[in-house]
Amino acid sequence: MFIAYPFALGVWLSLSNSTVGEPGHFIGLANFYKIFSDSIFRTAAYNTFVYTAITTVFKLALGLWLAMLLNRHFRGKAWVRAFILLPFIIPTVLSTLAWKWMFDPTFSVFNWLFWKLHIINSRINWLGDPDLAMTSIMIVNVWRGVPFYAISLLAGLQTINPDLHEAAAIDGANRFQRFWHVTWPLLLPVTMVVVLFSVIQTFADFQLVYVLTGGGPANATHLFATYAYQIGIGTGLLSEGAAISLAMFPALLLVVVFQLWYIRRVENR
Amino acid sequence: MIEGARWKKWLWFYLPLGAFIVALLFPFYWMVVTTVRPDGELYRPWNHPLYSPFWTSHPTFEHIRDLLQETLFNTWMLNTMFIALVSTLISLLCGVIAGYALARLTFRWAGILGTAIFVTYLVPQTLLFIPLAEIIRDYHIGDTPWALILTYPTFLIPFCTWLMMGYFKAIPRELEECARIDGAARWQAMLYIIFPIAVPGILSAGIFAFTLSWNEFIYALVFLSSPEQKTVAVGVTSELIRGDVFFWGSLMAGALIGSVPVAIVYSFFVEHYVAGITGSVKG
Repeated sequence: MFIAYPFALGVWLSLSNSTVGEPGHFIGLANFYKIFSDSIFRTAAYNTFVYTAITTVFKLALGLWLAMLLNRHFRGKAWVRAFILLPFIIPTVLSTLAWKWMFDPTFSVFNWLFWKLHIINSRINWLGDPDLAMTSIMIVNVWRGVPFYAISLLAGLQTINPDLHEAAAIDGANRFQRFWHVTWPLLLPVTMVVVLFSVIQTFADFQLVYVLTGGGPANATHLFATYAYQIGIGTGLLSEGAAISLAMFPALLLVVVFQLWYIRRVENR
Repeated sequence: MIEGARWKKWLWFYLPLGAFIVALLFPFYWMVVTTVRPDGELYRPWNHPLYSPFWTSHPTFEHIRDLLQETLFNTWMLNTMFIALVSTLISLLCGVIAGYALARLTFRWAGILGTAIFVTYLVPQTLLFIPLAEIIRDYHIGDTPWALILTYPTFLIPFCTWLMMGYFKAIPRELEECARIDGAARWQAMLYIIFPIAVPGILSAGIFAFTLSWNEFIYALVFLSSPEQKTVAVGVTSELIRGDVFFWGSLMAGALIGSVPVAIVYSFFVEHYVAGITGSVKG
């Protein structure tokens, strides 16, 4: 209901030649032809897939590790858990601004640190170099996503009966075997759901790139959403912008369908 | 848990945990330090001999004062507060009622409708912001708080409905049936029996919805244009940067103070918030 109308309008826009304030008329798939032959769009598409894939792997690995650390008993656990969620709850653009400041080419605290540790001699231009800028954006995304993974997976870990671990240990399983044959299979349903959620959010990400680089340097770090914003709102080519954001749709649909299928399968088991 | 030697525990437990904590919290520490650092010290290049990153010898409140007196920061805070509260209340009301209906009433399309709600809740905001901007313009509510109050529920209502549906399903039906047998009407059973039990769930959904609307960025960025209408996130990122000049002291002060309301709400309801996260990803 809420989504159907904007969605239909979006499809219509993407098939027309509307600009801001000018209702256009039907021009078929011309916008899609245009964006697919646009090299910046292809860079953005490539970036989005790479960005989603790499950050998801890191978020899952680090999140799982942190969840397993938090699953043990230690003093001050409640405090640690509360503080660890901060990156996830603080408004993303605001915390990203802090990162932008830490990545500043002239005043970067990381440069200072690496310099003092004798790792570098000249400055690292974190956001100025295309590849490095993408890496920096990924670092911030992982930083923001790890708490979400950790807390969700921790909830999953807590439902696993410790007796299973004890039984496996008595049968002679080492730490790694216990993880691989006991923890991982039992945690898989939760993991899948968390990963799919996060993939959707990451794939459609906007704020990090908008704040850190604005798509630059030289349009090298655009994602679908930021490029759609630049074309649709920045230059006022509404229909083309709508086409760019709708280009996300097939991949998102695939993830959602997979997620629904997976949930149904787990429920029916 | 099988315990090994002491140093092993340090190596495999305290060390990584400590590293995680430092990495996750350092940006916030950096925000605080930057906020109270005087400009003269702030703009020292990274290889300056006196670059003192982790403390400041002359803390100042100059940036905070600038922020509160020279900019529209207070207006942005009030705007955000108003928008977040109203859209949360609207969404919570709709979400509780719809969630109850989907969990309890057995009408033909309930299953499909539940799935539809779930899918709607998964739709990212960046997919539809351009058509929504058109709709906002057609109704002439662009650049007013109503543009956001009416669009935030598009993702908040599905979210609240989904969360509440799960919550209501976990409350045994027998409770209600007892009340019905004792002569209560359906709405009475709902209002006096079920809702009081569902309060923790409602709190979770409300807190989550509040932080979601406080943190929302792209709709606010696209639908609002005049400085005095902006929300904190948009105001801080657009109005405190003139051309290429970043006022880092005030920026960090804005980021810090702009995060405080969410942090306060969060700190009071950590458990509910965590329940919200785990509930929101539960199939």
